[in-house]
Amino acid sequence: MLGEGIVKGLAETARNFFGSYVNNERLTTVQYPEERLPQIEATRDFPFLVYDGSDPGPGLRCVACQICEKECPPKCIYIVKSADKKPDATGKQQFYPAQFDIDISVCMSCQICVEVCPFDAIKMDVEFEMSSEDRFGGLLLDKYKLAKSNEYYNRIHPTEAGSVDAALAEDRAKAKLAAESKAKKDAETAAAKAAAAAAIAETPATIVTPTATTGETK
Amino acid sequence: MPEMIDQIFVVIKHWLMGYVPGALQPIASAILSVVPVMIAFPLLFAITTVLERKGLGRMQNRYGPNRAGWFGILQPMADGVKSLTKEDIVPRTADQLVHYLAPVVMVIASFLVYAVLPIGRNMVIANLNAGVLFFFAVGSVVELSVFMAGWSSHSKYSLLGAMRAIAQMISYEMPLVLSSVVAIMAAGSLSTVSIVNMQAGYTGIWPHWYVFTPWGITGFIIFMIAATAESNRCPFDMPEGESEIIAGYFIEYSGFKFALFFLAEYLGMFATSAMAITFFLGGWAAPFSFLTWIPSYFWFFAKLLTIIFMFIWVRGTLPRLRMDQLMNFAWKFMLPLSLINIVGAGIWHFMAAGFARWGVVSLLIVLSCVLLSRGLRRNKWFHVRTYRYAS
Repeated sequence: MLGEGIVKGLAETARNFFGSYVNNERLTTVQYPEERLPQIEATRDFPFLVYDGSDPGPGLRCVACQICEKECPPKCIYIVKSADKKPDATGKQQFYPAQFDIDISVCMSCQICVEVCPFDAIKMDVEFEMSSEDRFGGLLLDKYKLAKSNEYYNRIHPTEAGSVDAALAEDRAKAKLAAESKAKKDAETAAAKAAAAAAIAETPATIVTPTATTGETK
Repeated sequence: MPEMIDQIFVVIKHWLMGYVPGALQPIASAILSVVPVMIAFPLLFAITTVLERKGLGRMQNRYGPNRAGWFGILQPMADGVKSLTKEDIVPRTADQLVHYLAPVVMVIASFLVYAVLPIGRNMVIANLNAGVLFFFAVGSVVELSVFMAGWSSHSKYSLLGAMRAIAQMISYEMPLVLSSVVAIMAAGSLSTVSIVNMQAGYTGIWPHWYVFTPWGITGFIIFMIAATAESNRCPFDMPEGESEIIAGYFIEYSGFKFALFFLAEYLGMFATSAMAITFFLGGWAAPFSFLTWIPSYFWFFAKLLTIIFMFIWVRGTLPRLRMDQLMNFAWKFMLPLSLINIVGAGIWHFMAAGFARWGVVSLLIVLSCVLLSRGLRRNKWFHVRTYRYAS
């Protein structure tokens, strides 16, 4: 009979119509500004610069190596290297970015800058409400707008940040140990030199110093 | 007191007319009748747009508009402001004059048909003795303006849309008129007011509406299907099929002209729905004899909103038809069935009242409906399409 399917369809839409007033689970819409879905951990949109400690000035991990600037496919990163050097996270003397700009109107969120960074200095953010009244200046983020603390990074990507922190801690421990042994060595060689100088001045050389040196340095 | 409330608009008009000097009486009377209609129905249009969007949303398990105002009721205001502030773009190659005139003609034609609609007891702008004829004659001007819009835009999409619209509207005009013939036959008059008055009586508590007869219900259903096609609504919205020709005949219109097409489309829908109410649902008459104390215009608008809800419901349910399905349905099913329905109404008229005529007329209509639908189905021949190339 003509019209059977139409009646079935009408019944289905009527069920939806009344059901949506009775059962709130039918309405899957999340009413965005008031309601938000929790972000999944792998969310990413635009890069930011990580700094350690509380001050973004000295704490910035970036050493202005400019690898990200060269690798960036849409060329949205602009870096000016500093003239002087200052100690980085591991205490080594490094350059730092005098200027670091990312034009997020150009950025395509490919994450290549994050993957190439040898210093874990640039990471992906989850902030997406970035509308601005100024379409040029408002979307060109400088070093200070880009700098976000390591705590923030730990909050938005806990797993990834945990492994990065562990690797960094290992590096720092290694660097510290190396620095200590180097300092000791330096001190010892200095002491030995001083002792030798003293021995030359006063008495003929004893055989104590070499054994002591080998025993301590292993 | 109920009579007073029922006639309040008529009384107010007469009271205001008392202050008008004799020479200005005709024009003042016209203005006082026309202006309320021209306010009430665009207002109904505004309410319908938001109700339609909310209703469709609920049928698809969405919220629908709920931001502008309380539960989104100010959405039509926001839409109106938007369409008024938008740039009015006219294509360079368009026929400027016709392009400008098309929406105006469409809105004027859509408003003109309201002249013969009985909105309440003694509430009709012009009680023409050929009111039904006037309605269909003026209603067909809409087709002209559709083609004006499609042709003058100088765009292939709008031309295709206009061609489809013309083909569809002319095909469905015939079942529309033929299905209303039964009501005219029964009432014995072409005046809308006397058609309503003929249905105003009650047997016990039940009204004498034509929809409660076998030929009446058939005529009503055919009329409503044809009215859906006339007003280019889903599932007959091929003239503006978004997936094929983007927006059809008004694709090159923007800003307020676009809004005028939208308005005219809805006004046309209200007018044909109001005509269906007049022909088959007793116009402004109450559905039960004990409810006659409620004002007549309330019943008219209640029936109108019910039919509008049916339109929205159908739109939320059915997908768009194909052109050949549409034409087959119009010419092979609707037209013969409405002709048979006229024969049924004639038999009903000449047979004695009782169960016999119920049986005979129902059998005639159901049998022909089944046979015609089998005839429609027989042409469905599914097969793998083979292409032959010119050798």
